Amino acid sequence: MARAATTTDAFNAVAEPRRREILDLLAGGERPVNDVVRALGLAQPQVSKHLRVLREVGAVDVRDDGRRRLYRLNGHALKPIHDWVKAYEESWSERFEQLDAVLDDLKKEQGDDDGDDE
Amino acid sequence: MTTVTTSSQKAKVTLPADEQILITREFDAPRDLVFKAWTTPELVGRWWAGKRGEVTSAEIDLRVGGRWRYVMVTSDGFEVAFHGEYREIVASERLVSTEVYEGAPVPDPEAGATLNTATFTETDGRTLLEVLVECPSREVRDAIIDSGMEGGMQEGMDLLEQVAQSLR
Repeated sequence: MARAATTTDAFNAVAEPRRREILDLLAGGERPVNDVVRALGLAQPQVSKHLRVLREVGAVDVRDDGRRRLYRLNGHALKPIHDWVKAYEESWSERFEQLDAVLDDLKKEQGDDDGDDE
Repeated sequence: MTTVTTSSQKAKVTLPADEQILITREFDAPRDLVFKAWTTPELVGRWWAGKRGEVTSAEIDLRVGGRWRYVMVTSDGFEVAFHGEYREIVASERLVSTEVYEGAPVPDPEAGATLNTATFTETDGRTLLEVLVECPSREVRDAIIDSGMEGGMQEGMDLLEQVAQSLR
Protein backbone atom coordinates (compact mmCIF):
# COMPACT_ATOMS: atom_id res chain seq x y z
CA MET A 1 0.00 0.00 0.00
CA ALA A 2 1.06 3.60 -0.43
CA ARG A 3 3.45 4.77 2.20
CA ALA A 4 4.30 8.35 3.02
CA ALA A 5 7.49 9.48 1.35
CA THR A 6 9.21 10.44 4.53
CA THR A 7 12.83 9.95 5.40
CA THR A 8 11.78 8.63 8.80
CA ASP A 9 10.40 5.52 7.16
CA ALA A 10 12.67 2.49 6.81
CA PHE A 11 11.00 1.60 3.49
CA ASN A 12 11.88 4.97 2.02
CA ALA A 13 15.39 4.88 3.43
CA VAL A 14 16.18 1.66 1.59
CA ALA A 15 14.32 2.65 -1.60
CA GLU A 16 17.42 4.49 -2.84
CA PRO A 17 19.87 2.14 -4.65
CA ARG A 18 22.96 3.85 -3.23
CA ARG A 19 21.65 3.51 0.29
CA ARG A 20 21.05 -0.17 -0.34
CA GLU A 21 24.66 -0.43 -1.48
CA ILE A 22 25.76 1.13 1.79
CA LEU A 23 23.64 -1.33 3.76
CA ASP A 24 25.07 -4.26 1.78
CA LEU A 25 28.56 -3.00 2.50
CA LEU A 26 27.88 -2.56 6.21
CA ALA A 27 26.29 -5.99 6.36
CA GLY A 28 29.87 -7.24 6.07
CA GLY A 29 30.85 -5.43 9.26
CA GLU A 30 31.53 -2.04 10.77
CA ARG A 31 33.32 0.39 8.42
CA PRO A 32 34.88 3.82 8.69
CA VAL A 33 33.19 6.41 6.52
CA ASN A 34 36.21 6.60 4.21
CA ASP A 35 35.76 2.95 3.30
CA VAL A 36 32.17 3.61 2.37
CA VAL A 37 33.17 6.56 0.21
CA ARG A 38 35.80 4.49 -1.56
CA ALA A 39 33.52 1.48 -2.08
CA LEU A 40 30.72 3.55 -3.57
CA GLY A 41 32.90 5.82 -5.68
CA LEU A 42 30.80 8.82 -4.72
CA ALA A 43 31.86 12.18 -3.34
CA GLN A 44 32.07 12.38 0.42
CA PRO A 45 29.15 14.89 0.82
CA GLN A 46 26.79 12.59 -1.09
CA VAL A 47 27.80 9.62 0.99
CA SER A 48 27.35 11.66 4.16
CA LYS A 49 23.85 12.62 3.02
CA HIS A 50 22.88 8.98 2.46
CA LEU A 51 24.40 7.95 5.78
CA ARG A 52 22.41 10.68 7.51
CA VAL A 53 19.13 9.36 6.07
CA LEU A 54 20.03 5.84 7.14
CA ARG A 55 20.97 7.09 10.60
CA GLU A 56 17.67 8.96 10.95
CA VAL A 57 15.64 5.78 10.49
CA GLY A 58 18.09 3.92 12.71
CA ALA A 59 19.22 1.61 9.90
CA VAL A 60 22.84 2.40 10.76
CA ASP A 61 24.54 3.36 14.00
CA VAL A 62 27.64 5.47 14.23
CA ARG A 63 30.37 5.74 16.84
CA ASP A 64 33.60 7.66 17.11
CA ASP A 65 36.85 5.77 17.34
CA GLY A 66 39.52 8.39 17.84
CA ARG A 67 39.42 10.41 14.65
CA ARG A 68 37.41 7.88 12.70
CA ARG A 69 33.66 7.69 12.48
CA LEU A 70 32.60 4.06 12.30
CA TYR A 71 29.27 3.02 10.83
CA ARG A 72 27.53 -0.27 11.40
CA LEU A 73 24.27 -1.86 10.32
CA ASN A 74 21.37 -1.97 12.76
CA GLY A 75 19.23 -4.81 11.52
CA HIS A 76 16.53 -4.07 14.06
CA ALA A 77 15.41 -0.94 12.23
CA LEU A 78 14.96 -2.97 9.06
CA LYS A 79 12.63 -5.38 10.79
CA PRO A 80 9.44 -3.74 9.45
CA ILE A 81 10.61 -4.57 5.94
CA HIS A 82 11.54 -8.07 6.93
CA ASP A 83 8.12 -8.59 8.52
CA TRP A 84 6.37 -7.22 5.45
CA VAL A 85 8.15 -9.65 3.14
CA LYS A 86 7.92 -12.58 5.53
CA ALA A 87 4.31 -13.60 4.84
CA TYR A 88 4.93 -13.54 1.09
CA GLU A 89 8.10 -15.54 1.62
CA GLU A 90 6.14 -18.02 3.71
CA SER A 91 3.61 -18.64 0.93
CA TRP A 92 6.46 -19.44 -1.48
CA SER A 93 8.09 -21.68 1.11
CA GLU A 94 4.85 -23.65 1.31
CA ARG A 95 4.66 -23.94 -2.45
CA PHE A 96 8.24 -25.11 -2.67
CA GLU A 97 7.70 -27.70 0.04
CA GLN A 98 5.00 -29.20 -2.16
CA LEU A 99 7.39 -28.99 -5.11
CA ASP A 100 9.97 -30.94 -3.06
CA ALA A 101 7.44 -33.76 -2.79
CA VAL A 102 6.80 -33.69 -6.54
CA LEU A 103 10.55 -33.81 -7.19
CA ASP A 104 11.01 -36.77 -4.84
CA ASP A 105 8.37 -38.54 -6.87
CA LEU A 106 10.04 -37.67 -10.20
CA LYS A 107 13.38 -38.90 -8.91
CA LYS A 108 11.78 -42.19 -7.93
CA GLU A 109 10.13 -42.56 -11.33
CA GLN A 110 13.43 -41.89 -13.03
CA GLY A 111 15.10 -44.51 -10.84
CA ASP A 112 12.35 -47.01 -11.73
CA ASP A 113 12.67 -46.30 -15.44
CA ASP A 114 16.40 -46.96 -15.30
CA GLY A 115 15.81 -50.25 -13.51
CA ASP A 116 12.89 -51.45 -15.59
CA ASP A 117 14.47 -50.59 -18.90
CA GLU A 118 11.10 -49.53 -20.33
CA MET B 1 18.06 -45.11 -2.29
CA THR B 2 16.09 -41.89 -2.38
CA THR B 3 15.85 -40.53 1.11
CA VAL B 4 12.93 -38.50 2.37
CA THR B 5 13.61 -34.84 1.87
CA THR B 6 13.49 -32.83 5.03
CA SER B 7 11.79 -29.67 3.89
CA SER B 8 13.13 -27.31 6.51
CA GLN B 9 14.45 -25.15 3.68
CA LYS B 10 12.83 -21.80 3.25
CA ALA B 11 12.36 -19.72 0.17
CA LYS B 12 14.32 -16.50 0.37
CA VAL B 13 12.68 -13.32 -0.85
CA THR B 14 14.64 -10.13 -1.40
CA LEU B 15 13.80 -6.81 -3.03
CA PRO B 16 16.81 -5.97 -5.23
CA ALA B 17 15.21 -2.79 -6.61
CA ASP B 18 12.00 -0.80 -6.22
CA GLU B 19 10.16 -2.71 -8.94
CA GLN B 20 11.66 -6.13 -8.30
CA ILE B 21 11.16 -9.22 -6.21
CA LEU B 22 13.72 -12.02 -6.18
CA ILE B 23 12.72 -15.44 -4.90
CA THR B 24 15.42 -18.07 -4.41
CA ARG B 25 15.34 -21.66 -3.24
CA GLU B 26 17.54 -24.71 -3.60
CA PHE B 27 16.12 -28.12 -4.50
CA ASP B 28 17.59 -31.54 -3.95
CA ALA B 29 17.05 -32.60 -7.56
CA PRO B 30 18.70 -32.06 -10.95
CA ARG B 31 17.47 -29.08 -12.90
CA ASP B 32 15.76 -31.03 -15.68
CA LEU B 33 13.40 -32.44 -13.06
CA VAL B 34 12.79 -29.05 -11.44
CA PHE B 35 12.07 -27.61 -14.89
CA LYS B 36 9.73 -30.51 -15.62
CA ALA B 37 7.83 -29.98 -12.36
CA TRP B 38 7.69 -26.25 -13.16
CA THR B 39 6.31 -26.65 -16.69
CA THR B 40 4.12 -29.80 -16.71
CA PRO B 41 0.42 -29.09 -16.02
CA GLU B 42 -0.28 -32.22 -13.91
CA LEU B 43 2.80 -31.56 -11.80
CA VAL B 44 2.12 -27.84 -11.39
CA GLY B 45 -1.29 -28.88 -10.14
CA ARG B 46 0.38 -30.70 -7.27
CA TRP B 47 2.46 -27.84 -5.88
CA TRP B 48 1.39 -24.44 -7.17
CA ALA B 49 -1.42 -23.87 -4.67
CA GLY B 50 0.91 -24.54 -1.76
CA LYS B 51 -1.23 -25.01 1.33
CA ARG B 52 -3.64 -22.28 0.37
CA GLY B 53 -6.09 -24.33 -1.64
CA GLU B 54 -6.31 -26.60 -4.66
CA VAL B 55 -5.31 -26.15 -8.27
CA THR B 56 -8.40 -26.67 -10.44
CA SER B 57 -6.78 -25.96 -13.79
CA ALA B 58 -3.26 -25.60 -15.18
CA GLU B 59 -2.81 -24.91 -18.87
CA ILE B 60 0.64 -24.62 -20.37
CA ASP B 61 1.49 -24.00 -24.00
CA LEU B 62 5.24 -24.14 -23.67
CA ARG B 63 6.53 -22.26 -26.68
CA VAL B 64 7.55 -18.64 -27.22
CA GLY B 65 4.32 -16.66 -27.55
CA GLY B 66 2.37 -19.54 -26.01
CA ARG B 67 0.09 -18.86 -23.06
CA TRP B 68 -0.28 -20.31 -19.59
CA ARG B 69 -3.13 -20.08 -17.13
CA TYR B 70 -3.41 -21.46 -13.60
CA VAL B 71 -6.56 -21.46 -11.49
CA MET B 72 -6.88 -22.43 -7.87
CA VAL B 73 -9.67 -22.42 -5.33
CA THR B 74 -8.56 -21.26 -1.91
CA SER B 75 -9.43 -23.17 1.24
CA ASP B 76 -12.17 -20.62 1.95
CA GLY B 77 -13.72 -20.95 -1.49
CA PHE B 78 -12.28 -18.11 -3.56
CA GLU B 79 -11.20 -18.72 -7.12
CA VAL B 80 -7.85 -17.18 -7.96
CA ALA B 81 -6.46 -17.16 -11.50
CA PHE B 82 -3.22 -16.07 -13.11
CA HIS B 83 -2.18 -16.14 -16.74
CA GLY B 84 0.63 -15.01 -18.96
CA GLU B 85 2.67 -15.60 -22.05
CA TYR B 86 6.05 -17.27 -22.58
CA ARG B 87 8.72 -14.93 -23.86
CA GLU B 88 11.87 -17.00 -23.75
CA ILE B 89 12.41 -20.72 -23.20
CA VAL B 90 15.73 -22.46 -22.71
CA ALA B 91 14.79 -25.97 -21.58
CA SER B 92 15.97 -26.77 -18.04
CA GLU B 93 17.84 -23.45 -17.84
CA ARG B 94 15.74 -20.37 -18.18
CA LEU B 95 12.11 -19.44 -18.58
CA VAL B 96 10.87 -15.91 -19.15
CA SER B 97 7.15 -15.25 -19.03
CA THR B 98 4.63 -12.58 -18.17
CA GLU B 99 2.22 -12.98 -15.27
CA VAL B 100 -1.13 -11.28 -14.71
CA TYR B 101 -3.28 -11.67 -11.62
CA GLU B 102 -6.80 -11.75 -13.03
CA GLY B 103 -8.41 -10.65 -9.78
CA ALA B 104 -6.38 -7.48 -9.31
CA PRO B 105 -8.74 -4.76 -8.02
CA VAL B 106 -7.88 -2.40 -10.88
CA PRO B 107 -9.63 -1.51 -14.18
CA ASP B 108 -6.99 -3.19 -16.31
CA PRO B 109 -5.23 -6.16 -14.67
CA GLU B 110 -3.07 -6.58 -17.81
CA ALA B 111 -1.39 -3.27 -16.98
CA GLY B 112 -0.09 -4.87 -13.80
CA ALA B 113 1.63 -7.69 -15.69
CA THR B 114 5.00 -8.67 -14.30
CA LEU B 115 7.88 -10.14 -16.26
CA ASN B 116 9.17 -13.24 -14.50
CA THR B 117 12.54 -14.80 -15.21
CA ALA B 118 13.13 -18.22 -13.71
CA THR B 119 16.72 -19.45 -13.79
CA PHE B 120 17.66 -23.04 -12.96
CA THR B 121 21.30 -23.60 -11.99
CA GLU B 122 22.53 -27.10 -11.19
CA THR B 123 25.48 -27.91 -8.94
CA ASP B 124 26.29 -31.46 -7.80
CA GLY B 125 22.80 -32.68 -8.61
CA ARG B 126 21.14 -29.85 -6.69
CA THR B 127 19.31 -26.99 -8.34
CA LEU B 128 19.25 -23.35 -7.39
CA LEU B 129 16.05 -21.74 -8.59
CA GLU B 130 15.96 -17.97 -8.90
CA VAL B 131 12.76 -16.23 -9.90
CA LEU B 132 13.12 -12.54 -10.64
CA VAL B 133 9.77 -10.76 -10.76
CA GLU B 134 9.95 -7.40 -12.53
CA CYS B 135 6.93 -5.20 -11.91
CA PRO B 136 5.67 -2.23 -13.93
CA SER B 137 5.78 -0.04 -10.81
CA ARG B 138 6.69 -0.07 -7.16
CA GLU B 139 2.94 0.03 -6.35
CA VAL B 140 2.36 -3.26 -8.20
CA ARG B 141 5.42 -4.76 -6.48
CA ASP B 142 4.09 -3.67 -3.08
CA ALA B 143 0.61 -5.03 -3.83
CA ILE B 144 2.13 -8.41 -4.70
CA ILE B 145 4.09 -8.52 -1.46
CA ASP B 146 0.97 -7.47 0.45
CA SER B 147 -0.94 -10.39 -1.07
CA GLY B 148 1.29 -12.73 0.90
CA MET B 149 -0.36 -11.60 4.12
CA GLU B 150 -3.48 -13.46 3.10
CA GLY B 151 -1.58 -16.67 2.52
CA GLY B 152 0.00 -16.49 5.93
CA MET B 153 -3.39 -16.26 7.59
CA GLN B 154 -5.04 -18.96 5.53
CA GLU B 155 -2.45 -21.48 6.42
CA GLY B 156 -4.51 -24.43 7.51
CA MET B 157 -3.86 -28.11 7.23
CA ASP B 158 -0.48 -29.36 6.36
CA LEU B 159 -1.04 -30.71 2.89
CA LEU B 160 2.64 -31.35 2.42
CA GLU B 161 2.52 -34.03 5.07
CA GLN B 162 -0.23 -35.81 3.16
CA VAL B 163 1.52 -35.61 -0.20
CA ALA B 164 4.74 -36.84 1.33
CA GLN B 165 2.99 -39.79 2.94
CA SER B 166 1.11 -40.72 -0.22
CA LEU B 167 4.44 -41.04 -1.99
CA ARG B 168 5.79 -43.69 0.35
